[in-house]
Amino acid sequence: MTNPVARAGLVLMAALLGACAQDPLKPPGSIDLVVIVPDREGRVGAVVVSGAQGSTTLDRPYAAARVEEGGKAEARSVSEGEVKKIFEGAIAAQPLRPVSFLLYFQEGTDEYTPESKQAFEGVFAEIARRKAAEIAVIGHTDRVGPVEFNDALSLKRADRVRRDFMERGIPQSSISTAGRGEREPIVPTADEVVEINVR
Amino acid sequence: MSTQRYRNHLANMLVLAAGLLAAGPLFANEIGQIKVSNGTVLIERGGQRILSVPGTRVQQSDVIRTGIDGSVGITFSDNTMMSAGPNSVLSLDRFAFNSTTHEGRFDTSVRNGTLSVISGKISKQSPEAMTVKTPATILGVRGTEFFVQVSAR
Repeated sequence: MTNPVARAGLVLMAALLGACAQDPLKPPGSIDLVVIVPDREGRVGAVVVSGAQGSTTLDRPYAAARVEEGGKAEARSVSEGEVKKIFEGAIAAQPLRPVSFLLYFQEGTDEYTPESKQAFEGVFAEIARRKAAEIAVIGHTDRVGPVEFNDALSLKRADRVRRDFMERGIPQSSISTAGRGEREPIVPTADEVVEINVR
Repeated sequence: MSTQRYRNHLANMLVLAAGLLAAGPLFANEIGQIKVSNGTVLIERGGQRILSVPGTRVQQSDVIRTGIDGSVGITFSDNTMMSAGPNSVLSLDRFAFNSTTHEGRFDTSVRNGTLSVISGKISKQSPEAMTVKTPATILGVRGTEFFVQVSAR
C-alpha cells in the first residue's frame, strides 16, 4: 500500500475508529471558553462557572470566562462576531425553537370555535415546515361541572386535535396528548382551550 | 382522607392513567430527539453505535460524537435545546423531567468541541437543576442561552 491518498484515508479511518472506540479524552489539560448570550427577547439568565480554583458568575450579555484545567476562571469579554465565528457549526445546527398555539373550543364540547378552525391550519403549516416535528397536545376546561367530567372533556378535546392531525398525515408516534381538566395550567390560559406545543 | 376525596382522587388517577395510555411519543427512557444532523454524527448507547438522523430519539447516558464534518441539534422533552459543532463529544449523563410540575434534573458533559445551550423548563423551574460539566469546570445554568468551547491546550 504505497498510495499516499489511500494511506492517509486509512490513517484517518483508524483515528476516527480510535476516537469512537475509546476516549482520547480527556486531553492533557484542556481550556474552556464559556460565553453567555442574550435570548431572543434580549434577556440573559446566569451561568455559574466553577473551576478548580474558584468560581465566577456570567450574567451580562457576552460575558465570558476562560478556564484552564486545574486553574482559575478568568473573566473575558467576547464580541458577538467572535461568538458567531467560534461557534459557527453549533449555531448552524440549532433546532428550530418550539412554538405554542391555542385552539379554542365551544363550551362543554369538543367542537372548535370558527376562528380555531382557521388557527388549526396555522398549526399544521408549522408542523409541515419542521423536520421530525413533535406535537404535544394538552386539553383544558373551565371550572363548571365536576372534576371528573372536565378531566374527561379535556382529554376528549386533546384527542380530537390528535385525530385531526392524523387525518392530515401526521404519524401518531409524533403526537402526545394529555388532559389537564380544570387544573391550573402552568402557563395561564383561557379555560376552553387546547394548548399545542410544536417542537 | 375522606371517602369522597379518596374517590375523587382515585377518579383523577384513573383519568391520568388513561391519558398516559392514550399517547406519548417519547418512551420513558427517551429524553429528546435529534432535530438537525449534518455530516458524521454517532450516538453511543451501551456498546452500540447508532447513526444519527433527524427524528432519532436520544436516551439518558447516550454519548453523542460529531466528526470533523459533523454537527448536531437536539431538542429535549423539557424544551432545552443543545447543538454541537464539529469534533464534539457530548454525554447526556442524567435527565429527569416531570412534565406536570416541570421539576427535573439535567446533567451533561462536554469533553471536546463546541456546544450551544438554550435552556428549557427544568432550568426555569429550579435554577440549580441543570449543569454542564467540562474537563475544567462545572457550569450551573440559570435559565439562559450560552456557549461552551472545550479545546486541548
